[in-house]
Amino acid sequence: MSERSERSVRQRTVPVLDLDAIIDDPGTRIVVCCGSGGVGKTTTAAALGLRAAERGRSAVVLTVDPARRLAQSMGLTELDNTPRPVAGVEGEGRLHAMMLDMKRTFDEIIEAHADPERARQILTNPFYQSLSSSFSGTQEYMAMEKLGQLRRSGDWDLIIVDTPPSRSALDFLDAPERLGRFLDGRLIRLLMAPAKAGGRSAFKLLNAGFGIVAGAMTKLLGAQVLKDLQTFVSALDAVFGGFRVRAEQTYRLLQAPGTAFVVVAAPERDAMREASYFVERLAEERMPLAGLVVNRVHLAPAAMLSAARSTAAAEDLESRGEHELTSAVLRLHAGRMQLATREHREQEHFLSAHPTVPVARVPAMPEDVHDLEGLRRVGELLAAQQGLG
Amino acid sequence: MRARDTDWDGVRLHVVTGKGGTGKTTVAAALALALAADGRKVLLVEVEGRQGIAQVFDLPPLPYEERKIAVAPGGGDVYALAIDPEEAMLDYLEMFYGMRRAGKALTKMGVVDFATTIAPGFRDVLVTGKTSEAVRRKGKDGRRVYDAVVLDAPPTGRITRFLNVTNEVAGLARMGPIKNHADLVNGVVASPETAVHFVTLLEEMPVQETLDGLDELRAAGLPPGGIFTNMVRESLLPASVLDDVGKDRFDPAELALGLKASGLADGSSDAAAVAEALAEEIAEHAHRTELERRERLSLARAGRPRYELPLLADGVDLAGLYELAESIHTQGAA
Repeated sequence: MSERSERSVRQRTVPVLDLDAIIDDPGTRIVVCCGSGGVGKTTTAAALGLRAAERGRSAVVLTVDPARRLAQSMGLTELDNTPRPVAGVEGEGRLHAMMLDMKRTFDEIIEAHADPERARQILTNPFYQSLSSSFSGTQEYMAMEKLGQLRRSGDWDLIIVDTPPSRSALDFLDAPERLGRFLDGRLIRLLMAPAKAGGRSAFKLLNAGFGIVAGAMTKLLGAQVLKDLQTFVSALDAVFGGFRVRAEQTYRLLQAPGTAFVVVAAPERDAMREASYFVERLAEERMPLAGLVVNRVHLAPAAMLSAARSTAAAEDLESRGEHELTSAVLRLHAGRMQLATREHREQEHFLSAHPTVPVARVPAMPEDVHDLEGLRRVGELLAAQQGLG
Repeated sequence: MRARDTDWDGVRLHVVTGKGGTGKTTVAAALALALAADGRKVLLVEVEGRQGIAQVFDLPPLPYEERKIAVAPGGGDVYALAIDPEEAMLDYLEMFYGMRRAGKALTKMGVVDFATTIAPGFRDVLVTGKTSEAVRRKGKDGRRVYDAVVLDAPPTGRITRFLNVTNEVAGLARMGPIKNHADLVNGVVASPETAVHFVTLLEEMPVQETLDGLDELRAAGLPPGGIFTNMVRESLLPASVLDDVGKDRFDPAELALGLKASGLADGSSDAAAVAEALAEEIAEHAHRTELERRERLSLARAGRPRYELPLLADGVDLAGLYELAESIHTQGAA
């Protein structure tokens, strides 16, 4: 990139995301961190939680599948469904953290909403076991469910949620609708039919279209699988009704003014593209967006020296065979400036498409967060947005 | 076609996994290019509906169809396929049962929603099934259609479940067609014809996930491949300087002299200021180099072949992909 365009990137005034204002506002009750995998989303969520607590809030961080050492930094050692107090928080506030146990959450819903006999039928069904322990989809539903539970408990005045690292990290927005579509679908009605027809093969009772499907399903799945599936669906029917209602409540809760969505990204093409998608999607769903956090930004302390000038000077020194160390350092610096320029360019796509979205940048750190002190440092960097980038 | 002696001779299915953000799709694409070099034919498959291949090769979104997308160095073709589970299901029904119409009806009734919602294991079987079919497919001459298939697979955290299809559907289908299909897939995926490669960065978290992923893979009896360390930055500074910095013995004065000699700084104070700022960069660099050294050691302990791919200064574009493919070839991975 030429120096001129480099300058134009820097001159754009981007609104600054003031995260302290968000976490200090007693009206903020839920912060949702979303973004693609590998951008430091969980770290951001945890750091915001700690900062909020140390600024006086009573906060809980709900994480899904955090990296081991990050979990350890908050004193979490295993999947658990109860928020645990985090030791070492300074000040008046308090911080709890939990790692979502998706299967346990699901089991608890079943146990709470079905009579013991039916609950047993469901919990032992192979389809239920696959559904409740599998990765895609269920995590999102359960994260939503848990969020709703935490909110209803009233035990915390700020809930910070880290969304699952799923293929499409906004799947959780689709949870209520997908669930509804699934339950209202003809497939379910087809599968429910035998139970409702008093155990006779209902397929005979159905029209030709259903007949083809039923035949296909038997061929595809085998008779045993179909039978398990039917048992599962009919047993789950009653339970799911209530689940859906709550999923819709949580969805509306997310749209409410007390919620702030923070989109997390890294200054790389894929991550910024995903960030654009999230921002657009949140707007479509009328979900309140607070802004974008760009993690892992590479800054150069000697930014006054451009890549081009460093390279030219290094070449000059090399040709004269002088100051080997300086020329090596200048090459190093040129590489760093190039990286910084590229990162600017990757962000530029987002910024020009979404000029009104407030942005906070966090410099790249050599090491992962291991302890509370590390989280505190990330929190400070998130809040200190002067003189960056 | 030149004779090859690579680390993966005999492997026909290269599964590429990695933590999010490590450049898994880029490495899969470069590996496909390297494998296709000198007149071979390689299929590059993606399964997560992200259209990552199209983005890496700078193409419009790929349909559910095998189409040629690139020519490899020395002649050779890379084909790509973006597997859509819904289409894979229709394929499957048609191939094994001749039921196209019923398949359409199933789709209309939300069976795919069903498959992804209720039993993701099914979805994985369909996707890996389609991939295995491409691996085993033979032309009229009785030879395999593709010399190799490269699968841009789900991330490390999910890879074993994804590949271990027999186990995933075992609880659901103890017998019947799904079970048979899963067994067939397993015959390919768990065979010496398959290698599961991991893409990582020289950072703590991706390295840890790689090591964990390798353990899980071994426990499941799946064949581990190599470790591709991506975005490696060359170290420009001599070890002695890094050592000095590490021991806090580095003196920016020499740097200031060099800066003045190169005409980058006008006065002494200016030179000193720039030298200080540069010294800060050197310190960070030294710290990172030390961390990277530690991560390299951890990776070495995994006992798998390792390859290092450079960080491309301008990001990954088409020229960069070929550069990475060349590097993969030079290091003996393809």
